[in-house]
Amino acid sequence: MPVTSQLFRGFPLAKLWGSSLFPCQRQLPCCPTSHRPTSSQPHPIWPTAMPVRGYRRSPDLHSYNLTPPQVNSILKANEYSFKVPEFDGKNVSSVMGFDSNQLPANAPIEDRRSAATCLQTRGMLLGVFDGHAGCACAQALSERLFYYVAMSLMPHETLCELEAAVEAGRPLSPILQWHKHPNDYFTREAQTMYFNSLRTYWQELIDLSSPGESLGPREALLSAFKRLDSDLSLEAQVGDANSFLHYWVLRVAFSGATACVAHIDGSDLYVANTGDGRAVLGVQEEDGSFSAHTLSNDHNAQNENEVARIQGEHPPSEKKTVVRQDRLLGLLMPFRAFGDVKFKWSIDLQRGVLESGPDQLHDNEHTKFIPPNYHTPPYLTAEPEITHHRLRPQDRFLVLGTDGLWETLHRQEVVRIVGEYLTGVHQRQPLTVGGYHVTLGQMQGLLAERKARASLAFQDQNAATHLIRHAVGNNEFGAVDHETLSKMLSLPEELARMYRDDITIIITQFNPHVVGHQGTWT
Amino acid sequence: MGIWSSPRRLASAVETTQPIPLPSQARVVICGGGIVGTSVAYHLAKLGWTEIVLLEQGRLGAGTTRLCAGIVSVAKPISIECKMADYSNSLYEHLEEETGVKTGYVKTGSLCLAQNQDRFLSLKRLASRLNVMGIPCNVIKPKEVSKLHPLVNIHDLVGALHLPGDAVVSPPDVNHALATAAAGHGVQIHERTTVNHVMMEKGHVTAVETDRGAIECEYFVNCAGQWAYELGQASETKVSVPLHGCEHFYLLSKPLPEPLQPSTPVVMDMDGRIYVRAWQGGVLSGGFEKNPKPIFTEGRNQLEIQTMQEDWDHFEPMLSALLRRMPELEVCEIQQLVNCPESFTPDMRCLMGETPGVHGYFVLAGMNASGLAFAGGAGKYLAEWMTYGYPTANVWPLDIKRFGNLQSSRTFLRHRVMEVMPLLYNLKVPRWDFQTGRQLRTSPLYDRLDTQGARWMEKHGFERAKYFIPAGKDLLSLDASKTFYKPDWFDIVGAEVKCCKEAVCVIDMSSFTKFELTSTDDQALALLQHLCANDLDVPVGHIVHTGMLNERGGYENDCSVVRVKKNSFFIISPTDQQVHCWSWLKKHMPDDPQLHLEDVSWKYTALNLIGPRAMDVLGELSYVSMTPEHFPSLFCKEMSVGYANGIRVMSMTHTGEPGFMLYIPIEYALHVYNEVMSVGQKYGIRNAGYYALRSLRIEKFFAFWGQDLDPFTTPLECGREFRVKFDTDIDFLGRASLLHQRQEGVSRRFIMLVLEDHDTELDLWPWWGEPIYRNGELCGTTTSSAYSYTLERHVCLGFVSPPSLDGSPAAVTPDFINRGDYEVDIAGQRYPAKAKLYPFSSLFAQQRRRKDEMELSNFQGK
Repeated sequence: MPVTSQLFRGFPLAKLWGSSLFPCQRQLPCCPTSHRPTSSQPHPIWPTAMPVRGYRRSPDLHSYNLTPPQVNSILKANEYSFKVPEFDGKNVSSVMGFDSNQLPANAPIEDRRSAATCLQTRGMLLGVFDGHAGCACAQALSERLFYYVAMSLMPHETLCELEAAVEAGRPLSPILQWHKHPNDYFTREAQTMYFNSLRTYWQELIDLSSPGESLGPREALLSAFKRLDSDLSLEAQVGDANSFLHYWVLRVAFSGATACVAHIDGSDLYVANTGDGRAVLGVQEEDGSFSAHTLSNDHNAQNENEVARIQGEHPPSEKKTVVRQDRLLGLLMPFRAFGDVKFKWSIDLQRGVLESGPDQLHDNEHTKFIPPNYHTPPYLTAEPEITHHRLRPQDRFLVLGTDGLWETLHRQEVVRIVGEYLTGVHQRQPLTVGGYHVTLGQMQGLLAERKARASLAFQDQNAATHLIRHAVGNNEFGAVDHETLSKMLSLPEELARMYRDDITIIITQFNPHVVGHQGTWT
Repeated sequence: MGIWSSPRRLASAVETTQPIPLPSQARVVICGGGIVGTSVAYHLAKLGWTEIVLLEQGRLGAGTTRLCAGIVSVAKPISIECKMADYSNSLYEHLEEETGVKTGYVKTGSLCLAQNQDRFLSLKRLASRLNVMGIPCNVIKPKEVSKLHPLVNIHDLVGALHLPGDAVVSPPDVNHALATAAAGHGVQIHERTTVNHVMMEKGHVTAVETDRGAIECEYFVNCAGQWAYELGQASETKVSVPLHGCEHFYLLSKPLPEPLQPSTPVVMDMDGRIYVRAWQGGVLSGGFEKNPKPIFTEGRNQLEIQTMQEDWDHFEPMLSALLRRMPELEVCEIQQLVNCPESFTPDMRCLMGETPGVHGYFVLAGMNASGLAFAGGAGKYLAEWMTYGYPTANVWPLDIKRFGNLQSSRTFLRHRVMEVMPLLYNLKVPRWDFQTGRQLRTSPLYDRLDTQGARWMEKHGFERAKYFIPAGKDLLSLDASKTFYKPDWFDIVGAEVKCCKEAVCVIDMSSFTKFELTSTDDQALALLQHLCANDLDVPVGHIVHTGMLNERGGYENDCSVVRVKKNSFFIISPTDQQVHCWSWLKKHMPDDPQLHLEDVSWKYTALNLIGPRAMDVLGELSYVSMTPEHFPSLFCKEMSVGYANGIRVMSMTHTGEPGFMLYIPIEYALHVYNEVMSVGQKYGIRNAGYYALRSLRIEKFFAFWGQDLDPFTTPLECGREFRVKFDTDIDFLGRASLLHQRQEGVSRRFIMLVLEDHDTELDLWPWWGEPIYRNGELCGTTTSSAYSYTLERHVCLGFVSPPSLDGSPAAVTPDFINRGDYEVDIAGQRYPAKAKLYPFSSLFAQQRRRKDEMELSNFQGK
């Protein structure tokens, strides 16, 4: 894969300052030196002149014509489904299962996803992570964040048992059961380091709690998010004797990622969100139609509270510079994120860490780059906003998605598409002619299109795939159109990012037989 | 939805805001002010009835009538329907003259298009039938179509049928005109009056309970259309009116740039599933889609009909078919898509007549989207029915008594009408069967037969085997083959027939209707002697074939009666007689607690052992000699078969072949079947189906009720005088008419036609309803036909009558039959045929000494 092309891939809508700091490849590099230095790149183009959010639609350039099976194989490459196993013919969990999928625009993709069942405590964890300036930070989150959450949720006694087992060299009982697509990988080399950091965290949790105590889900999520971000930061500052690992922790810390995580335990749904991912609940109304209930706030310039928060955290002199062109310090689109130490560390710390870092860093001019008007760091936090929702029978599903989805489809449309897919009913707005002048020919064309759209629903076995098909393939009439799909999916790597962002989706379906009937015993 | 002019109020009835009070009594109350109800009122009034009250829950013609497309076409599947449509047409044509009310009648003619040869054949067959009725029609080439209609794209057409007499009207205006004429004849019409239920006493209608009070009456007519089912269920004794609604859509366009002339013919493109008529300079086009949307399964009130939703997505296939047929319409603007629910019945025919359980309760509903075309004729027939006891034509195919309670399940109706509605425009090839609502009534042997390759047809909800596919045959291709030509099952049925002739076959005939009539004294005999044409005062154990005739001497039923005991009779009737025959018997039964009638159809499994070796099989199973010497023909004995005792064994087969019918109490059915099959093995026994039976009985000139015999056919007309007890003094029903007819001579005669010069492989097969020509002149129609494997010819049965001389019908003479060149017209092609009055005696060779034969020689001598 030509690393060189990577720098500009994201620029039209780059979340960060124009270029990736560190290249990242999906296949773990066995040899760090295989990464070509990025210093040869031209000077990054600033996003100032670019529209904030807006892609080119329907590429006019010459593109390959993909056949429907080709389109399907692209769309389905990353799809994954999990069904909660039934016990005694019954699913007693509030979750029936989930469908997830992702479609890259960056190469390699910078989004990550995770799903796991907590084995020591109850509940299920699902999360989408949108990386920027590389995928390292998102990758680290996808491996580590759920362990931090699981630890935080554990009662004092369980933590003590865990510690005793590690102490005595006994095998540990598993904490999480992961539900992973083969493409969702773990960084094997970093596992020891990750484990040590995690152990330090639970030791602290043991010290800070007393027997019989455990954190509630809200506190647990908050604590886990903050702790992991601080661990990422610390690991980068401390470095590692292994030069690959040293390079890796720096890549993690200097790249960034948003996280949108849901914890579902019985009828209690907690959403912890950092950044501009989003969790939307699909609620089925009495008339059978679906409406969207958003469970998270986007942390970006469109959120007035966030702008006010950031402006309030810095001296009034910085009021005009801290948010410019709808970006943090004129550079970063999400206003909260993991990693991104360039927005968190003092200038001195950044310089110190880089100077002692591996050689690879020195070749990259941008690592030395300090954001403009950088006076009172930190400017960025990983602290999540947490929402609690008590599931009701009408709550049918939860859509977790990275901003790549929400930019292309309105949440109401998302919920309608998923709802109709899951119920198998097409709540399409019935057509009425009303007082308009419609000819028979026009009507025929319109109906043919609607018919094609309806038949698409049967192509997908996965709700997330179906949603991506709509997100990418919708034409101006809101109908999936093979031509559009084919064009969008056959874009050359270096152009794809101009038309769309990475899209990652997890759609969790609730069990209506369990949800809403638990009030008596939970 | 003011598609047509909004329903008008009747000046004579309701002009004031204060509704005039209902009368406290009337002779007849009609419920339903749609086109059907007003037609019934109109015709009753014309026949001299007084004290007629017509009740409508909303406004006159505000239901389906207001929304229907207004096409009056004679292109209908069966002849009685064509007749009704033809009468309606002439009625509507002259209505304006009669009443002064404009009806929008335009004699546009219509074009039935054929996109393929099979459709063209079915249109040609229709043309043959219409010719018989004297209804003008022309089979035309595609080029002529474009001369008649400016918009039709003819490129994919193979031909068309032009019906110049067809017309369009404005249905609410016709409704209004009929109501006006009825009111002029004294019919009282009350709008906004809802019938809650019908009161009954001792099986008679006594009064009608409405939301505005009760009306005492003798007769009630349920013309409630969509709501007829619910209304039937609402009465004290539930009345089964098996119909179910489906949504029906049609499109109205704005005027074309060059407005379409009102006289432009109606187009019916059945292959495209659409119809199109001119409407206010534009078009009105609807269709009968493959995937109809049933509606009102749970029942609704009338308000719902006003707020039906348009569904463009559902209409898409029909819109595409329309634009394919008339591409120029693409630029035409949409006015509206109308959703107009129609009611459908389980067999695509309307429901007419007196209900079986309640005297005085008549029904006319379930018009299968042809309400306008049928209303006139159907109203006339029903009025005649109520006046004279029966209409002037055979309406058995429409008689509500062809159904019973078993067709009243909502689930059944919902599923069945989803099949029926597309069927309106489906190509119907000979011997098609309904696919939905099946396996309702089955014999205990069903599974056994099914695993042996039985292919099934359904009669009155009962599954009957058509034939058995031998192991190794390609089942799928057999089921898929539907043709007007030689069918794929030809050789299979041929083998079954051969086995019946040479060895022995077993046919499960459990579907037959079986009644037991018993009395303490001779009341049962007295009743049967009154109802049956043949003499039933026979020794115990004898079987009598007899008709049950009406006053006119026509067959109400054709059955076999067994005198089981001195005062106990076992009556075997055709399957679809279950409701009709029951009600006929009940109607004539004296109110005598000592006389008891029971329907025992479900108690017995009937196996028909046909073939020369049947006696060997039964002999082995019962240790009783079954030879004709010991067990003469038309004789019944209770005996043991295998381990099972009490089996009624009858020496008859309904085919003229030697053999036995076994009436087996159902719990023994499997045992007896197994024993018969295992013992029969060495005699070459095999299963056979109804197609084999049919071939056997038709080649021997056996008439079947419902197919060949009807309430307008007398025993004399079909050579069954030997089954009439003329030699006794017993006054049976129809005797006077028969005596009269015997004196005058019959003017129509049931004959057998053996097709000659007909290539079984290449020529179209006869079915039924084909015109018969004598010396080039139309003289009758066929009623059934089958290929005779013995004669290696097609045999058609049918009625012929000589041309009338100065208006009065002429009597049939032997010369008329024997000295004439007969031809049978199959889809326009005439095939020479040899006419016969008697079957080939060679076919009966093996039964020379049998009773049947004695009777045969008896009447052959005449």
